[in-house]
Amino acid sequence: MSGQELPEKDDITGVETTGHEWDGLKELNNPAPRWWLWVFLVTVIWSVGYWVVYPAWPTFSGATEGTWKWTQYGELKEAQQEIHQRRAKYQDRFHQAALADILADAELYEFARVGGAAAFKENCAACHGTGAAGGRGYPNLNDDDWLWHGKLDEIHETLRVGINSGHDESRISQMPAFGRDGLLTRAQIGDVTEYVHQLHLADKANATPAYTRGQQVYTENCAACHGADGEGDRTLGAPRLNDEVWLWGGDKKSIHNTVTNAHVGVMPAWEGRLSPDTLKALTIYIHSLGGTEPDVPMQNE
Amino acid sequence: MDTQKPQYNDDIVRLFTIATLFWGIAGFAVGLLIALQLAFPDLNFEPYLTFGRLRPVHTSAVIFAFGGNALFATSYFVVQRTCQARLWNDTLAFFTFWGYQTFIVIAALGYLAGVTQGKEYAEPEWYADLWLTVVWVAYLIVFLMTLAKRKEPHIYVANWFYLAFIVTVAILHLVNNLSLPVGLAEAKSYSAYAGVQSAMIQWWYGHNAVGFFLTAGFLGMMYYFVPKQAGRPVYSYRLSILHFWSLIFIYIWAGPHHLHYTALPDWAQTLGMTFSIMLWMPSWGGMINGLMTLSGAWHKLRDDPILQFMIVALSFYGMSTFEGPLMSIKAVNALSHYTDWTIGHVHSGALGWVGFITFGALYYLVPVLWDKKEMYSKKLISVHLWVATIGIVLYMVSMWFAGILQGLQWRTYDDMGFLQYSFVETVANLHIYYIIRALGGLLYLGGALVMIYNVVKTVKDGAPVRAALQGAAHAG
Repeated sequence: MSGQELPEKDDITGVETTGHEWDGLKELNNPAPRWWLWVFLVTVIWSVGYWVVYPAWPTFSGATEGTWKWTQYGELKEAQQEIHQRRAKYQDRFHQAALADILADAELYEFARVGGAAAFKENCAACHGTGAAGGRGYPNLNDDDWLWHGKLDEIHETLRVGINSGHDESRISQMPAFGRDGLLTRAQIGDVTEYVHQLHLADKANATPAYTRGQQVYTENCAACHGADGEGDRTLGAPRLNDEVWLWGGDKKSIHNTVTNAHVGVMPAWEGRLSPDTLKALTIYIHSLGGTEPDVPMQNE
Repeated sequence: MDTQKPQYNDDIVRLFTIATLFWGIAGFAVGLLIALQLAFPDLNFEPYLTFGRLRPVHTSAVIFAFGGNALFATSYFVVQRTCQARLWNDTLAFFTFWGYQTFIVIAALGYLAGVTQGKEYAEPEWYADLWLTVVWVAYLIVFLMTLAKRKEPHIYVANWFYLAFIVTVAILHLVNNLSLPVGLAEAKSYSAYAGVQSAMIQWWYGHNAVGFFLTAGFLGMMYYFVPKQAGRPVYSYRLSILHFWSLIFIYIWAGPHHLHYTALPDWAQTLGMTFSIMLWMPSWGGMINGLMTLSGAWHKLRDDPILQFMIVALSFYGMSTFEGPLMSIKAVNALSHYTDWTIGHVHSGALGWVGFITFGALYYLVPVLWDKKEMYSKKLISVHLWVATIGIVLYMVSMWFAGILQGLQWRTYDDMGFLQYSFVETVANLHIYYIIRALGGLLYLGGALVMIYNVVKTVKDGAPVRAALQGAAHAG
């Protein structure tokens, strides 16, 4: 080894190289930057400190707990505590109050409406829409055309047990598939479609022969549930047919299809999935949307 | 002294270079499509072209096909040059090429058909995993044997990083994909892990895929092509040793930060977070060494768009390796996790660092590999640089906005203690950001297409080195 050989220096910076070369590439013998080492060291020290106060290293019987005894479940509880405190002002009174009492108490009413709106967007909006305007097959909750009553207790019941939901007390609504199951002939369905399509016109209806025949079909097959004048029956969930609100479309083709194949609406039961208080709040919220049937006199009017 | 220039196997490097370009375009294009699908859900076409199936096609195409081929190409190029030795065993090297492309095609077709393990970045089922294992072991052998027959006394720093990448990826791949097939004729398999252990193994894998595939491998690329293009020595040998070993040692622990506030025990979350914090400087060591290599040559940056690509890449590398530790802090993670902030973070690293350092290396490589004096158009390299940079900025900023907005809305309670926004509302608010993000992706893809044009023109019409020399001789 030639001990007296001077290390090679870089022309531009004057820094020594390591003396190696690969495909023309060399390396300078600069030290690692001081600030780099220091920051690295600080992150290491900080981490060690963190290990002392937080749970960090596994042991044979679990893991070190840390001097602050922090757990993520504890943190969750604390965060929830804050939210519970915001509700605490109303929560107990709300829990005790009957639906009618809530309607009468401005503060509780507001609490229910806000809480109900939040629950509605999270649970109901997927079918009924964020503005509760519904859609084909999903009832509009803003109007007063109710399938199963629009009174507080009835709305609450619908929420609780659902419709065709499988809940023991579920509201059950069935319409026969008159065409598919051969209960009516195609011609009869055409006639009754003609009749139902014009039902909302009442005496202004255009009494064609088909209409007249359809009326006969209607009386024999439909009136039992939908009422003699098509006024519907809320105890059966049978829609009113003599208005212009249609769940599955009011054009002849849609009506024909409904009579032929029938539609069976399903709404889940929310009992057990949402808390009783949430169900109450939702009831008030839906009741507040406009299609109300005031079974309780409004206090403020 | 042996002055004769050793023969290198550049055929294999050319093949991998072409594959890199091909899969790059494919991966970016699918990325653009799925970005548009998020903004306009009508663009989902059942069953093959839905977001759920195309998303792994995108991630695998850009990480493993584009990134992987780039790593194969450059590692084979670099290891030969810095060892002054021809790649060991041509046949095995060619097998790694065709074997790897086969893996990519098998995996991608599987995704489209709905075949997946459901593990992020490890979606291919057992048969594809086995095939990749064979290919990867062949890669390791070729690389190691070439190192073994090197004519240089020392192993160059780029090769440490490449080797760390190859070895660690092999281990990650094997451990995370341990599974039992339902039958030899069945695509389906069941993982050896269940529950939170499965999650932990998966994110140990997932995070180190980032650490060793997308970081260590591309640092290897950086350590050759940056000093080459700058014509300067690597800034600090000592820093390269320190940050190499600290990076390797610390990265492997950081995975649990993907599982903050989950069923993963608190202690494991703590370790994941603190090791991520400690990872900050080891990551930055590579950036410092790359940037400081330009000391004494900063003026070259003014008019060398290839060097600009590399420096922008290092800047994005520095930015995202700062953002990563930041996001691993639980308080920050509680806001950022599950939002698009994460997506933005990944893409600042992927588009900015991985993409740009690759583009820089390819612009250096192409003329060398095809024996041309230089790239066909320097101007078009600049165009690529700027178009792509604007694309990244649009992508990153829109995802920051989207992520922070959504994260804040998820936790907003009103005075009475009720959630202010429903989930669907927070999603609907993202629409505009998704459009901006798609625009960013479009620009990035557009830039890459400019590069393809430039490369094709260089290969077809570029002035050969020999002609250039002759020209110089005549002029003299």
